Amino acid sequence: MSAPTAVRPGGLVRHAEFLTARATRALWRQPAFAAATLVQPIIWLLLFGALFRPVAELPGFAAAHGSYLEFITPGVVAMTALFSSGWAGTGYIEDMQRGVMDRLLASPVRRGAMVAGTLAYQALTTVLQTLVVVGIALLAGARFPGGVTGVGVTLLAAVLLSVVVASLSDALALLLRQQEALIGISQFIVLPLQFLSSAVMDTRLSPGWVQAVARYNPVDWAVVASREALTATPDWGAAWPRLAALAALAVVMAALATRAFRTYQRSL
Amino acid sequence: MSSSSSAALVATDLVKTYRGRRGTPPVRALDGLSIEAAGGSVLALLGPNGAGKSTAVRVLSTLTRPDSGSAAVAGVDVLRAPSAVRRQIGLVAQRPSADPMATGRENLVLAARIQGWTTADAAARAAALLDRFALGAAADRLVKTWSGGMARKLDVALGIVHAPRVLFLDEPTTGLDPEARAELWEHIGRLTAEEQLTVLLTTHYLDEADRMADRIAIVESGRVVVGGTPEQLKRELHGDTVVVEVPPARSGDALDALGRLPGLSAVSADGPTVRARADRGASAVPAVLTALEAAGVPVMSVTVARPSLDDVYLRHVGRTFRAAA
Repeated sequence: MSAPTAVRPGGLVRHAEFLTARATRALWRQPAFAAATLVQPIIWLLLFGALFRPVAELPGFAAAHGSYLEFITPGVVAMTALFSSGWAGTGYIEDMQRGVMDRLLASPVRRGAMVAGTLAYQALTTVLQTLVVVGIALLAGARFPGGVTGVGVTLLAAVLLSVVVASLSDALALLLRQQEALIGISQFIVLPLQFLSSAVMDTRLSPGWVQAVARYNPVDWAVVASREALTATPDWGAAWPRLAALAALAVVMAALATRAFRTYQRSL
Repeated sequence: MSSSSSAALVATDLVKTYRGRRGTPPVRALDGLSIEAAGGSVLALLGPNGAGKSTAVRVLSTLTRPDSGSAAVAGVDVLRAPSAVRRQIGLVAQRPSADPMATGRENLVLAARIQGWTTADAAARAAALLDRFALGAAADRLVKTWSGGMARKLDVALGIVHAPRVLFLDEPTTGLDPEARAELWEHIGRLTAEEQLTVLLTTHYLDEADRMADRIAIVESGRVVVGGTPEQLKRELHGDTVVVEVPPARSGDALDALGRLPGLSAVSADGPTVRARADRGASAVPAVLTALEAAGVPVMSVTVARPSLDDVYLRHVGRTFRAAA
């Protein structure tokens, strides 16, 4: 029984890099989709900004913050991360429907690298989308006294949220193995998550139960952390615990997505 | 493992059961399947859809685990060291397995790099394979624009890009037109010889198994019902079947007359139908008619049938291929 002598395949990071590059290249080759990915958050920012502007005039609305545009920018950043990451698992299903998934699973690529590949790709997309949203908000007259630190924290929060949601989407893809089911469930989860947060509405003015739910909503954690960081005098006591919770949840979700491969392979 | 020291692929008593969909009983896809392939040989698993061929490939290529049984590929235990096995194998799954949004070359380079090849080595290997499979002209176009036959050749190239020791080909030519099938057979035959690959091929085409395999194992309901070289199996199936219809009362006489006729074998009667095997059925017909006329048996019809997968099944499984599928 001779020991395997083949070249040692690269590690997890290397493999994740290859898979991220593959996904990025595919995006680049679909210019219409790439454009939509960047234009959609702009439309949301301007649309929600106009649609909900009157709520900023409600008595007691987020007095500490400036204009509604400034209020909603972190909300649209989180929404964008949420909605695009909800689709992350569709790539797995395309690979399953072809033999690509089988081929990768029978190769030395670790399951962790397959998850990391989709997460890194999503994170990259989220960074670009976040920069577009913040840039457009600035062009439209919003001002963020939090400066570079504030934008940095916003990027971090958006990326962590995107990892949480993309991991969930990956795990659902592996369990459901069907595009329609994945998209259906994903929409079912994503929309309430957005509205049960302070993304577009100051939850202090919402019913008590909404405030209670928002406290446990990762979308709200991302929104609050970045909104605080973008102010002149951030309440770091509110921001850091939420970022820490997001980071912890991201790790747990990514581990769960990796575990979901076992269930998937059992059914093969 | 002394009996299998030279075997590149051994599976013993594999059992795999899938949970049934709601309200249906579990499906036993593998029911004690045992196979063995010598290093550098091609073993074909031949059987209808649902016989368990693909499940066997999935177990041996580490995609899924059996409920019980053991297997080793290239000397490595599939259950204990799946990641070591993955460095020794290539898998050509039943479905197209190239990334449609990448070019043929990019697909090959990525597959080689995943296996630890350097960029330069991967690029050289990709170029060589594209050339060998006559895919050079399309190499830098996105695979989604390729024809089915071309994409299937790329799938095979992807399976061997890292020079594995064992290659799994799961129904490689299903869905291809006859010309593309013949071309792919030729490529695979040449490559397996050149690269000294051990190949496990699944197919439901008798001619494909015949053409490609050193040994054939006929799989039915999750187990191997008979195995042997194509020659051994064909010897049993050799020739055509001559079927003569006679009046039921005279079939005994017909049986006697044809039983004495040289060149016929396995003569049997079932009601009015008398069957016999002949090396070349059409040439045997005049002699059959003469013999029956001499015996005074009126002939109502004569037909000659080429041996088919149905005959293999009829013989080894006791029912026809179509009924099994």
